[in-house]
Amino acid sequence: MTQSNRIAGGLVDRSKQLSFTFNNKSMTGYEGDTLASALLANGQRLVGRSFKYHRPRGIFSAGSEEPNAMVHLRRGAAQEPNTRATVAELFNGLEATSQNHRGSLEFDLMSVTDLASPFLSAGFYYKTFMWPKKFWEKLYEPAIRASAGLGRLSMQEDPDSYDKGFLHCDMLIIGAGPAGLMAALTAGRAGARVILADEDHLMGGRLNAETLSVDDQEGSAWAAAAAAELDAMPNVRLMTRTSVYGAYDHGVYGALERMTDHVPTSGGKPRQVLWRIYTKRAILTAGATERSIAFPMNDRPGVMLAGSVRTYVNRYGVAPGKKVAVFTNNDDGWRTATDLHAAGVSIAAVIDSREITPLAAIPGALILMGASVASTSGYLGLKSIATSSGVKIETDCLAVSGGWSPNVHLTCHQRGRPTWRDDIGAFVPGGDLPIGMHVAGAGNGSLALASSLKEGANVSASVASDLGFAATAAFPSAEDQSTDITPFWHVEGKGRAWIDLQNDVTVKDVKQSQAEGFRSVEHLKRYTTLGMATDQGKTSNVLGLAIMAEATGKSIPETGTTIFRPPYSPVPIGALAGRARGKDFRPFRLTPSHKWAETHGADFVEAGAWLRAQWFRKGSEKGWRDSVDREVEATRGSVGICDVTTLGKIDIQGRDAAAFLNKVYANGFAKLAVGKVRYGLMMREDGIVMDDGTTARLRENHFIMTTTTANAGPVFRHMEFARQCLWPGMDVHLISTTDGWAQFAVAGPNARNLLSKIVDMDISNEAFPFMACAETTVCGGTPARLFRISFSGELAFEIAVPARYGDAMMTKLMEAGEEFDATPYGTEALGVMRIEKGHAAGNELTGQTTANNLGLGKMVSKKKDSIGNKLSERPEMNREDDLRLVGFKPVDTSKPLAAGAHFVDNGKEAVTKNDLGWMTSVAYSPELGHSIGLGFLKKGDQRKGDKLRAVDLLRGGEVKVEVVSPHMIDPEGERLRA
Amino acid sequence: MIINHPLLGPRDAAEFYVMGDADLINRPDPDAEGAAEAFYEYAYLRDNPAGEHRELWYHEQGDRSWLVVTRSTLTHEIMNVEMARDVALAKGRGQ
Repeated sequence: MTQSNRIAGGLVDRSKQLSFTFNNKSMTGYEGDTLASALLANGQRLVGRSFKYHRPRGIFSAGSEEPNAMVHLRRGAAQEPNTRATVAELFNGLEATSQNHRGSLEFDLMSVTDLASPFLSAGFYYKTFMWPKKFWEKLYEPAIRASAGLGRLSMQEDPDSYDKGFLHCDMLIIGAGPAGLMAALTAGRAGARVILADEDHLMGGRLNAETLSVDDQEGSAWAAAAAAELDAMPNVRLMTRTSVYGAYDHGVYGALERMTDHVPTSGGKPRQVLWRIYTKRAILTAGATERSIAFPMNDRPGVMLAGSVRTYVNRYGVAPGKKVAVFTNNDDGWRTATDLHAAGVSIAAVIDSREITPLAAIPGALILMGASVASTSGYLGLKSIATSSGVKIETDCLAVSGGWSPNVHLTCHQRGRPTWRDDIGAFVPGGDLPIGMHVAGAGNGSLALASSLKEGANVSASVASDLGFAATAAFPSAEDQSTDITPFWHVEGKGRAWIDLQNDVTVKDVKQSQAEGFRSVEHLKRYTTLGMATDQGKTSNVLGLAIMAEATGKSIPETGTTIFRPPYSPVPIGALAGRARGKDFRPFRLTPSHKWAETHGADFVEAGAWLRAQWFRKGSEKGWRDSVDREVEATRGSVGICDVTTLGKIDIQGRDAAAFLNKVYANGFAKLAVGKVRYGLMMREDGIVMDDGTTARLRENHFIMTTTTANAGPVFRHMEFARQCLWPGMDVHLISTTDGWAQFAVAGPNARNLLSKIVDMDISNEAFPFMACAETTVCGGTPARLFRISFSGELAFEIAVPARYGDAMMTKLMEAGEEFDATPYGTEALGVMRIEKGHAAGNELTGQTTANNLGLGKMVSKKKDSIGNKLSERPEMNREDDLRLVGFKPVDTSKPLAAGAHFVDNGKEAVTKNDLGWMTSVAYSPELGHSIGLGFLKKGDQRKGDKLRAVDLLRGGEVKVEVVSPHMIDPEGERLRA
Repeated sequence: MIINHPLLGPRDAAEFYVMGDADLINRPDPDAEGAAEAFYEYAYLRDNPAGEHRELWYHEQGDRSWLVVTRSTLTHEIMNVEMARDVALAKGRGQ
């Protein structure tokens, strides 16, 4: 295809021709083109099908407001749907395909929906597919989804990477049009740290699209010079291809920078960067967006916004039509006619809804004042139009201007409301701007060039002065073009008149929704979908409101706007995720013995923020159970070693350390002797158990607390709250030392024999009894802490060394344990042994259990004040028939138990009113030779020996169980005291 | 949001953990008359004003200070930031 519509002029580089394809058709364009300008240059007016009626659609605008021209860009995994052709920069080899049609773009099989359009008005789906109810999920919804909608995902993993970044500045200037450039120059020259961001790759905004001059230069040349001056300032950062999409609290802005979207591949670089910009002040110079007029059949390819038609001619050197007509309600629309005529494009007619003197004489053009467009023809592209008075005009491009709406979006992100200005027929920013935000230029309603330049400079000078910079406003010479408007929204007539092209919302839909009682604009939006989807109604919202106002007989300001929310333009989910995907979704920590475990067959599991070994596969072991059973048997039979570094460790020091522990633990700690460890139960103030662990008193004023792995952070936070807010007068200090010490459990009958080879002290039962602790050394001098505590129920120690010795310690323990066949064990074996011993863990400490539930009610001291004691005395938490933690074994010991099963008495139906509790944890006990369980059972403490049904309604299945003591192995604790 | 930490200056709210009503500092005296009722109210009843609110914020990704932040729940404007420990001491909390 040749570039049949390419004309002279514009800012494209004709020395750099680029090839691309659209629906596999080869085309060419130039560097500086967008996909849209290149398609138009090649005479491709039809680019897509509409959302609901599958109407043929063309390019409507020349910017991020585009409702129609959405395409799939690229192929394979990198394919991106719903890319606006108007902002996609052309590159060599670009591949684009059209969306939302079955069969070819020209002969879309789904366009039959258009014939059914009289029935498909607002609320059609809600009203029609209500019954039968079960048809919705299986039939209606899939069918509707297949016919409606936008582009398709590649269904492959996104091959690109995305990054996040943080920036700080004195002044963020949003939009680099005339006002933005002046604001940046003024603040930059004064020495302020400035960021100037614009969504375009070229600074200048409308200056690049108009034939207006500044300082006797072409506007685009002045903009390029201004950008060059700014670029040379070390205190100014220019960010092109960057959309500032949201204004957040306290001067924080969100911005998306497209780094490699304009080149064939990202080449390993981040494709996009999501910036969080911290500002002292921001100046919004976001310009204005043109809107359309609703007239019958105004959606055909070739019907475009007048300012955009001008953009294609002036900036890209592309004539969107051979014979262009203009339909306007304002003076700015005339600029399209005069600019195009000057560029040699034939003008068929200028149709102005106002009864005024024509603004210009255009040779060869029909000038119709007080007229409007009442119909159009041309299914796949505009062929002709007819006016209300019946004048038929041959034209292939109708440039429509319904006036310009300032881009007030960001001013409303903190729930600000815009105010209506009758003189320009548009909403402008209201008074309640986000803190630190100022507005200037067309975005503030100053639509004409000289005013915009001046306002940009003045606002910037005033803001910079506020911040302590000596700024002066200097203006270039320019003229104010005339922008007079007499609002005119909609032409009555036969045929549908579109308001929102992206969602196929017509004047009829708005009127119908009003008639059906949807009076609020928010309801109108949700009922008709006006202003939703990727364009967020940038070209349609005000038009929709005006027609709503007309229908209700209210004024536009009375009708109001819907709430503007971020993002201003679409932000890909990939950019929001950034690097946090796959295994990098969140950081994880490795235990000191991780490398050792990796080389010894470990399978890892996420535990809190850690990766822990869950078992170590050995030799010919086939399944995890083989490994876990062996590890349990080896530990109970001789000695096992487990890395328990992940348990939270809090170092507590100070004269009041003991008194402080007495406050945060429900049981007493004041009298704990130096060199001893005690089990502690921690409650929340409402009397529910929060966490448990052991605390060792190393010295008079020095304690080491351990927490569960998962609660290390929350417990520390809770203790800091108690220290700073509840008992600020206590002399106590907390440090988290979880990462500082590598800690290993050494458990089993040979634990002492093994450790005595390493530890430089006497650890006989007499010298170092159960629940003893000491600061000591290992291997002849390495500092260590030794605790005689046992989670497994065996004779056991936990030995801690500074974390940097952790890996060496693991190797040393295994070496010393060789003669005892020492066995490393993982979290699964740890779990089996704690269930055998009836110790509570995460499955039991659910944030809903009391000390009584756990059978630990007696631990809660009545003699002292501690967090949770008072409220744990409430009668409901001390019911005699409350749940109690007990053990279970299957009556038929060949049957496995299932966690989550509920208990019901024999002969009772498995329904809620007969529910007696549930199984919390189950395991296979190699020592007992059958499955065992822990669970909460009503009056469980009084039901030992009873037989119950354990019913698993969710997965099916039922097992008869016998209630047993939760201490299923060595109930007297003889082993751990050995 | 930006919280102006009394010791560290302006910090992003993302560095903090928020726990709501600063009334949690006022833990009742367990030995006073009606302590059970007072604890019940302390644990469960909070004000949830539309407007000025004193809240507890914990600088978890920072220096671990608990702060009392006076903030408008309507505009997110922050009027005052204090060290919670100072607030607690001023209220006569000690041992």
